[in-house]
Amino acid sequence: MNISRREFLQMLAVASASGMSLSACESDKPSTPAGTKSAARPSDPYEIPGFGNVSLLHYTDCHAQLLPIYFREPSINLGIGPMKGRPPHLVGDAFLSYYGIQPGSREAHAFTYLNYVEAAKQLGKVGGFAHLATLIKKIRAQRPGALLLDGGDTWQGSGTSFWTNAQDMVDAQKLLGVDIMTAHWEMTYGAERVMEIVKNDFNGKIDFIAQNVFDNEWGEQVFEPYVIKEINGVPVAIIGQAFPYTPIANPRFMVPDWSFGIRDEHMQQMVDQAREKGAQVVVVLSHNGMDVDLKMASRVTGIDAILGGHTHDAIPRPSEVKNSGGVTLVTNAGSNSKFLGVLDLDVGDGKLRDYRYHLLPIFSNLLEADAEMAGYIDKVRAPYLDKLGEKLAVTDEVLYRRGNFNGTFDQVICDALMETQDAPIAFSPGFRWGVSVMPGEAITFDHVMTQTAITYPTVTRTNMTGTRIKEVLEDVADNLFNTDPYYQQGGDMVRVGGLKYAIKPGAEIGSRISDMELNGKPLVADKEYPVAGWASVAQPMDGRPIWDVVAEYLRDQKTISKIDLNEPLLKGVDSNPGLAKS
Amino acid sequence: MINMKRRTFLKGSVAAGAMGAAMGAGLLTPRMVLAAWPSAAFEAKTVDSALDALMGSHALESSDKISIRAPDIAENGAVVPVSVTSSIPGTEAINIIAEKNAAPLTAAFKLGKGAEGFVSTRIKMGKTSSVIAVVKAGGKLYSTGKEVKVTIGGCGG
Repeated sequence: MNISRREFLQMLAVASASGMSLSACESDKPSTPAGTKSAARPSDPYEIPGFGNVSLLHYTDCHAQLLPIYFREPSINLGIGPMKGRPPHLVGDAFLSYYGIQPGSREAHAFTYLNYVEAAKQLGKVGGFAHLATLIKKIRAQRPGALLLDGGDTWQGSGTSFWTNAQDMVDAQKLLGVDIMTAHWEMTYGAERVMEIVKNDFNGKIDFIAQNVFDNEWGEQVFEPYVIKEINGVPVAIIGQAFPYTPIANPRFMVPDWSFGIRDEHMQQMVDQAREKGAQVVVVLSHNGMDVDLKMASRVTGIDAILGGHTHDAIPRPSEVKNSGGVTLVTNAGSNSKFLGVLDLDVGDGKLRDYRYHLLPIFSNLLEADAEMAGYIDKVRAPYLDKLGEKLAVTDEVLYRRGNFNGTFDQVICDALMETQDAPIAFSPGFRWGVSVMPGEAITFDHVMTQTAITYPTVTRTNMTGTRIKEVLEDVADNLFNTDPYYQQGGDMVRVGGLKYAIKPGAEIGSRISDMELNGKPLVADKEYPVAGWASVAQPMDGRPIWDVVAEYLRDQKTISKIDLNEPLLKGVDSNPGLAKS
Repeated sequence: MINMKRRTFLKGSVAAGAMGAAMGAGLLTPRMVLAAWPSAAFEAKTVDSALDALMGSHALESSDKISIRAPDIAENGAVVPVSVTSSIPGTEAINIIAEKNAAPLTAAFKLGKGAEGFVSTRIKMGKTSSVIAVVKAGGKLYSTGKEVKVTIGGCGG
């Protein structure tokens, strides 16, 4: 969609006059008469009437973003095989029409990339823990006994989280009032640090749960698999599901003695056990990724809802998945502190009778900052402010990462790698975190850290044969596009600098990648090419961290403009609703 | 038998309490303790020739009475935990095959009369492959398979 700023403002005005609000993304249960919702909507978009007797608040994948940020949602999120055209694999107009969201509305901006820059200028930044804290207090005030669930990926993703060894986020979680969490990137601080936090900082305050993490030697559970909490007299079980492929997608050496995996059968045992202990509601706090959650919901019975994360999908309405025992709701609550999920349950006669769900975008301009949290954030950032605030360059274009293939910020990282490491090819991981930078903004060291802050950041330069390069691309592509989600790892395609290639996502492993070319010449199978990269999961390494390399490149460039985005040629996905129509 | 621990095998093969009795009564005769190591079968380069050498046949009938528990994606291809349960009456032997390994036969268990049809071990896998469990019962061979992915890793999240 291409509309002018003026048209956009007009549309906003129309939308608000017609009672459109943030809550248009409310779940449209058949029990709610059509058309009554928007008419009765109060003027405050965050005034959400309570419902039922059990409420769960959920945020996930905040990636240590304490301050409000910009975050552009993807224009490409392909679903292959049975996942084609199904949530979460919808982008842009296809997303809006599936969920009945008004084009040009605030929700349209929050949930899609459409008209991104103009709308972001108009509506401002999103997220921030001080604004999230205000919203949580407000929602909790209307919902006595509500629990706050953190889906993980909280301790990683910023300069301060890296420099404080996650302590900034641990204390922020306690201040925010998190009750229960599960994990993924938390593990990259190493098993010892994780246990230190769980046993000391979180002791008696935050339950750290995972039913799918076992000790390799004895096969014992490392964490509590679930907790049962009583909410307004109703026993509610929350079962943890950590990211199943942590030791594969992240360094094995960080958690050498722990085994993960999806573990459906054990999940079923935990559900049954919780029910036997009297749980009237069973909810899974999951870091599986949405496709895995949807498959798990179809196989495991007795789960009322899976509150999911990992794939960073912001999904306004739960998917209702049928299984042999009934129906399981699956939600996914976005990323980067941009959303708060509110699940209200009506539980009676020992079972779930009805529900409402809202995924509320946090527009930082529409919510006051919570003074206590804002003060904490200032304090925790103070020792690092000079470093974080350094203006490295100015960008003329919007910088972002999210999407199946190279984002503009990834391209900058690949360019920095190729130039500083004198390599014709660069690989940068397909992470889904990392904030956006608006055109005309200075790129700060803080921004660079949101794209790169990991505990294994060393830059590498390796000679790889053409054959090996193809193997890597095929391997990562299969982790993204395998038609069985249990064989996917989440994340997006490895970002590639220099090398041109074509990809057919719907093909089998080994035949997705073709037409590999470097400087107009086909890649030679047995010839070696220098490849620059970072985030190797193989072993601990000494060397320059990626943020220093990117910062050095940006200081030299001064201005980033006319980014030549190295996207692969896509084959066989023309009609896919996970691909933006240009 | 690669990476197979006697302890793991024993623990997995019979209910713990019955172990002494089972051993004492000679119910278990794991191949690893036999003098005759079936080297032809373990060195065979194809699934069919390995089965021919070990079982005298490679005629397999697929069965839903066999279940394989193994990770969908291996955390470490060098030690992939695999357990097989067979509820086929009269299960005499359970063999585990990684189809794409250079030498596909990775483990062979011979069960004594009355032993529970359950084995658990760790196998080595060179690359993504179907893991096949072949069960011998009543003179016939039954099988089921599961895909286990071996991946380069990285890039998640």
